[in-house]
Amino acid sequence: MNLATKDIRHNLGRFSLTALGIGLLLMVVMGMGGIYRGLVQEATLIVDRIGADLWVVQKNTRGPFAELSRIPRDLADRALVVPGVETSYGFVSYTIQRSYGGKPLRLTIQGLDWPADSGLWLPISAGRSLGQAHYELVADNSSGLKVGDKLALGKDVFTVVGLTKGLTSPSGDSMAFMTLTDAQAVQFDFSPESIRIERTARVNRLFNIDLGQIQPQLSEKAGGLNSGIPALGTSMISVVLVTVKSGWNPAAVAKQIEAWPDVSVYTEDGQKQLLLKGFVDRSRKQLGLFRVLLIIVSAVIMALILYTLTLDKLHDIAMLKLIGARNSVILGLIMQQALLLGSIGFCIAYLLGQWIFPFFPRRVVLINDDLYMLAVIVLVISILASLLGIYRAMRADPGEVLS
Amino acid sequence: MNQSLDNLALQAVGLTKIYGSGHTEVIAVRDVAVEVRKGEIVALLGPSGAGKTTLLTLLGLIRPPNTGQISIDGILVFNNHQAQVDIRRFRRQKFGFVFQKANLIPFLTAVENVCLAMEIDDQPVKVSKRRAMELLEYLGVAERAENMPSMLSGGEQQRVAVARALANHPSLILADEPTAALDSVRGRQVMELFRKVAHEQNAGVIVVTHDHRALDVFDRTLEMEDGQLRGKHN
Repeated sequence: MNLATKDIRHNLGRFSLTALGIGLLLMVVMGMGGIYRGLVQEATLIVDRIGADLWVVQKNTRGPFAELSRIPRDLADRALVVPGVETSYGFVSYTIQRSYGGKPLRLTIQGLDWPADSGLWLPISAGRSLGQAHYELVADNSSGLKVGDKLALGKDVFTVVGLTKGLTSPSGDSMAFMTLTDAQAVQFDFSPESIRIERTARVNRLFNIDLGQIQPQLSEKAGGLNSGIPALGTSMISVVLVTVKSGWNPAAVAKQIEAWPDVSVYTEDGQKQLLLKGFVDRSRKQLGLFRVLLIIVSAVIMALILYTLTLDKLHDIAMLKLIGARNSVILGLIMQQALLLGSIGFCIAYLLGQWIFPFFPRRVVLINDDLYMLAVIVLVISILASLLGIYRAMRADPGEVLS
Repeated sequence: MNQSLDNLALQAVGLTKIYGSGHTEVIAVRDVAVEVRKGEIVALLGPSGAGKTTLLTLLGLIRPPNTGQISIDGILVFNNHQAQVDIRRFRRQKFGFVFQKANLIPFLTAVENVCLAMEIDDQPVKVSKRRAMELLEYLGVAERAENMPSMLSGGEQQRVAVARALANHPSLILADEPTAALDSVRGRQVMELFRKVAHEQNAGVIVVTHDHRALDVFDRTLEMEDGQLRGKHN
């Protein structure tokens, strides 16, 4: 006869509510771990997805995600001639906030080097990847955008042609992909008035120097399009993504590029470490400490619950002792209930978490290793928590039945 | 005191129990000697504070005496405060207890309460269930076997408690005011039940009681006062 299950069956309502309470508590513990894993995954997601071997950024910066990086677009052409380089694409990344449908819409824009990179590597869940050089956008479904939606960015209107699932930036914003040229156009969009003012200022600056006095006809070029002035150079991008030829060591290729005085180079792993150490590390410690605190709180609450459950049964335990029950019978009664409470609480936490976590604004990732570890922790907590009750039960005097 | 040892369910000699020490010392039981034969039912009478319940805790091996010897079924169990056997095993195999309240385990049915006493003594479940049903039948509560204690009347609960006390064929049944919570008719029925159990199951029975109306049920009465046995009546 299993006394633990008989007692639970008799007090099913109370036990269920207690297990639910423990479950909710464990769900928070589980969620904390999941939020940390989510942070790590979000931080390294784009690096994983892009899959470049090397990230070439502005000298002494930790760009493009941990820090702003600006390099000339033609750096991609310089990188391509380095021995061992297979491909070399420009890439732009920045975050914008617009209003869409009356709500704020935050997007981390990623500019792809069309036509070499049309975003075929993106995890498309609806629609398609980029199909033309301009005015198309692939957005993550977490943005709330739908295929076919029109979005005004800069001076152009972009059509959402595809949706990805689960692509968010290290800061949790939805990613959106467009061609590099469009991304730059949106990034460096100036109002007509500011363009006119800049062109007028440029003409004035020209007349303030000898060249303008000698060749006044240059004022026509100075007051025209930027692209018409060779001295202004090419537009700026965030990073050059390099893939290395098969058989070549990425670190060796990186060393060659890093010899240039105007760039810093990171391997894929190095880029991930930048993100993890910069973006995630303090959050990880914060979450970790909070998680430890929650585990201690859970243990204390479980111990108090089990102690109270034992106190409620103290007279019955004294009776069991009086009729000669072995200590193992009494220990089993308390320990089995503690383990059942922990196990059921864990299952409730897992099931509720599976249901609730997807509604969280940031990614919550439950991985098996974390779940196994938490299961072991819950097991240990259950055993430790029951010790207080067992200690009290062992001290129960069978003579109490007579009083 | 000259009974044949084979026929004795209980033999206690020179029992003394002292609580506290120094100026707070209380001698609850003083140099008590008791013998109960198998098949004999004995009443233990006395005013409140006379030491009846303390004596019962000594005889029931719930607390050790300071001095004295207790033998059950001819086996020496306590020599002064030293236990000579595994007390808890001895309690579950040789004793049956009944109290003022039935003290049934509230989360077990009537039959499970009776089975429990046998299962903790490692008896097979089937054997336990069969004997439990036989006992409930014998005590007239078989039809309530599957009911929880909260659904039974006080008298029915007390019968189930008696069934539990009988489960392991005890040599000695100790009852502490078992009829205090019952009306006079049901109280007498329970006392007669003890007599029937003592005679038919060949167990020694000691009943602590204040109920003088049912004294005719007993083979013998012992009177206690100030921790000592004062009188013995056949």
